[in-house]
Amino acid sequence: MPPRKKEISSRSPGSSEIPRMEDILSSIDSFRQWLKERSEPAEVSARFLAERAAALDKDIKAFMRSDVAAVMARSKKAAKAVQNGRLNGVPIGVKNNICIKGALTTCGSRILEKFRPPYDATVIEKLENEGALLIDGANMDEFAFGSSCETSYFGLTRNPWDLSRTPGGSSGGSAAAVAAGEVVAAIGSDTGGSIRQPAAMCGVVGFKPTYGRVSRYGLIAFASSLDQIGPITRNITDCAILLEVMSGYDRRDSTSVNQPVPCFSKNLSRKIKGVKIGIPAEYFSVGMDEKVRKRIEEAIEVFRKLGAEIVDISLPHTKYAVSCYYIIAPAEASSNLARFDGVHYGYRDPDAEGLIEMYTATRSKGFGAEAKRRILLGTYSLSSGYYDAYYLKAQKVRTRIAGDFKDAFGVCDCVLTPTTPTTAFKIGEKTDDPLQMYLSDIFTIPANLAGLPAVTVPCGIGENDLPVGLQLMAAPFNEEILIRMAHAFERDTEYDKLLPPVSGKGKEADEGLRR
Amino acid sequence: MKDSGGKYETVIGLEVHLQLATETKVFCGCRTVFGVEPNTQVCPVCLGLPGVLPVLNEKVFEYAIKVALVLGCDIQKTVKFDRKNYYYPDLPKNYQISQYDMPLAYNGKVKIPDGPEKMKSIGITRIHIEEDAGKLLHDPERPYSYVDLNRTGTPLLEIVSEPDIRSPEDASRYLVTLKRIVKYLEVSDCNMEEGSLRCDANISLRKQGVSALGSKVEIKNMNSFKAVRDALAFEQRRQADVLGRGEAVAHETRLWDEKKNITVSMRSKEEAQDYRYFSEPDLVPFEVQGALVEKVRKDIPELPEAKECRFQSQYGLGDKDAENMTISRETGDFFEKVAEESGDAQAACNWIKGPLMMHANEHGTDIAGMERDNSGLSVGIAKIIKMAQKGILSGLAAKETLKIYLDTGKDPAMIVDEKKLGQISDETSILEVVRKVIAANEKSVADYRNGKTNALSFLVGQVMKETSGKANPKIAGEMLRKEIEK
Repeated sequence: MPPRKKEISSRSPGSSEIPRMEDILSSIDSFRQWLKERSEPAEVSARFLAERAAALDKDIKAFMRSDVAAVMARSKKAAKAVQNGRLNGVPIGVKNNICIKGALTTCGSRILEKFRPPYDATVIEKLENEGALLIDGANMDEFAFGSSCETSYFGLTRNPWDLSRTPGGSSGGSAAAVAAGEVVAAIGSDTGGSIRQPAAMCGVVGFKPTYGRVSRYGLIAFASSLDQIGPITRNITDCAILLEVMSGYDRRDSTSVNQPVPCFSKNLSRKIKGVKIGIPAEYFSVGMDEKVRKRIEEAIEVFRKLGAEIVDISLPHTKYAVSCYYIIAPAEASSNLARFDGVHYGYRDPDAEGLIEMYTATRSKGFGAEAKRRILLGTYSLSSGYYDAYYLKAQKVRTRIAGDFKDAFGVCDCVLTPTTPTTAFKIGEKTDDPLQMYLSDIFTIPANLAGLPAVTVPCGIGENDLPVGLQLMAAPFNEEILIRMAHAFERDTEYDKLLPPVSGKGKEADEGLRR
Repeated sequence: MKDSGGKYETVIGLEVHLQLATETKVFCGCRTVFGVEPNTQVCPVCLGLPGVLPVLNEKVFEYAIKVALVLGCDIQKTVKFDRKNYYYPDLPKNYQISQYDMPLAYNGKVKIPDGPEKMKSIGITRIHIEEDAGKLLHDPERPYSYVDLNRTGTPLLEIVSEPDIRSPEDASRYLVTLKRIVKYLEVSDCNMEEGSLRCDANISLRKQGVSALGSKVEIKNMNSFKAVRDALAFEQRRQADVLGRGEAVAHETRLWDEKKNITVSMRSKEEAQDYRYFSEPDLVPFEVQGALVEKVRKDIPELPEAKECRFQSQYGLGDKDAENMTISRETGDFFEKVAEESGDAQAACNWIKGPLMMHANEHGTDIAGMERDNSGLSVGIAKIIKMAQKGILSGLAAKETLKIYLDTGKDPAMIVDEKKLGQISDETSILEVVRKVIAANEKSVADYRNGKTNALSFLVGQVMKETSGKANPKIAGEMLRKEIEK
């Protein structure tokens, strides 16, 4: 049985008159309320928030660096432009592969160590148009190649629930920052689970929209046919608000789809009675932690209790998803990363002589081991003589996987699975075993291959007292059903109230505020 | 080197790259002006900065469809782009967006002249859209190279011919014909010096009567039609020599050295690069809309071949004149305007192909350029033609008027007035001179009376002399005859 609401209150309460900072930061709404009540100008609040995040981050290291001055400059710009934006002054972390004009955008790689884009990504424009206070540099696996944030050239990020563990990845910095209360929300990118896997491991909400829902313009590409930008938040309401702000057709991205954006945040209270939830047998036959399995089974019961109908379904090609993904994603990556060659921008080996030597030395020193592994994999599978056996075959498998889902959505409205087979793993646990690392995305990869929207929401505590995530997937452009389902679940269970302990540095910072 | 002497048949296929003359680049909004300051026509997209995405310029697509239709190609139902992966500093993404397994159009043809009366067909294998690369500039003094990315992302159309061409001369005719058609469509400047038309050639030889193709050589670096012809002629002789010695022609890429008039080996095809083509995931494949194709089709102007035929039947021009008057779309339009305004098509043709084109050549321009400088040009020329017809101007005076007109742009009637170039057609003033001439040339008058009719020509000449060439010779002749026979 799921824990009762009253059992959840995890932290020792502070003074009853003064709200706790982590509560203030627990939703866009509570944060904006707090901001409204503060007497000092917005800039002072912005400085406080940036400094608080920096203090909290001394242990977590969700951000690669702390550039309070740059954040302040952006905040002034946003405040000037927006009077009544939906995100006015709300601090939002940005994964370091999404371009912000003038800000270091490194993708966690040495090869882009000093790269400052001369333009903003479309999502950055959209967030700033609503007044968001963007905090850049959220840590990530190098070029989003990884599931633990350990491949970042700028050091690793720790899981706020247990500092000896990884936050997951690749959007580990974004997820950890939200879980630790450094920011109200964050944005990440998801190519094979890079939003959902770390969100699950950090006990927060992570949403990967339908491929084409959010513009990719300004997202430094990993695998163009799989990448999507999405929000990481403390609750599904904030997720719906951010999704609404970020979505929409962009003429600068030919793969963005010209579909009207529904008012996601207006549909939260609708009933879920009669909604059919598909449970795919294939996702439950693979190895997973016992407590993860237990939490998912409890979640299914919650949905049943709320009036949803549970349907057994089959997604027969699931077992090929990881192999298929590790052909297609590296193939596209090998081409996308070809531009990092030391000629026009980014790191260049200073000692190399001649063009070929410069290319070789720059890329050998500029990329980390995992990036090189994927570039080699991708180059290989696209090479003449191997293309048909690998890349072409993988494309066919991809079509089959999408077909499985199409069939499934004939009999159910959404599909429920665990987000990850385990809770957060130890730092260093999987770094020597790439295959084990790749398998931590086994449940999230299919949604990318099929271009589906998918969300992870916290569903309780699993092994080692760490959070477990529940994944829901739906047909393309049916984000609404996911939001509705997740919202019903969240309201019933209040798992969004589960929080990691606040680090010592963070406590000191909060004390300052209370005085 | 000895002549291949009919022992071998030459097989040539051409790959033509046309820069499309759209205002903006193929995947971004940058301008495409030639010859501006390096790296001033660039943006994050064509610079290939991280995170940017290409968006197809619809005009490029329309231009490409237009060329494909005119060359009688089948057009692909679905348009798809691919990435061609290779490293070079002039290619900022280190891949070129191109079309690989599904070219926009295929299976077309170009008809070229084959002897005086006949035409023959050269097949078009495929036409596809791709992006141009930048340019490298090598410092002549220091070991540095500079990259200019203005050209990066300029739209290119690659037109690949079937190996249907049998001689260097035919290769040249194919290019001339293709250029004339494309220029008519106004989709490319087709300027080889500026690189808006580029050509690579594949050439192989085989024994007469053999159907299997010989080992082929690709020739690059040919910067004019003449270079294409010369390079192919050289390669034809070289390969015949190699085969004549009983050796095999190496399958390789060779560069044309214009100064030495030879081709030199660049790289063997055995070291050929693997471009690792795959579908461009940033551009979604799309269906070609029938309505768009029809809209483009309606936009196609009358093409040179059809225009030539029409000029022959409508204006009664001969073969050669019709060809001359259709050399470009502007020339054809200009000819028609002058013919209409002057009412004399043959005269219009004669004036255009003669003095007008000569003037254009001397000034390094063409009819279109002259019309740009003087929008009333056709009206002016027609006026001169009419004055000549009416006898106001003699042939010589007309030429003089034209010369001044082209130099000054003044109204021809004013020029004739000012320079007193008009002929004297007024009978009373001519009569005076006629009488004077008769009085002064008794012998010639007597000769004429005695039946020596050519004596009259002499007397007309005298009248012309007396009037400094301004008398209308026709009128002068008639008046002389009348006076003498009185």
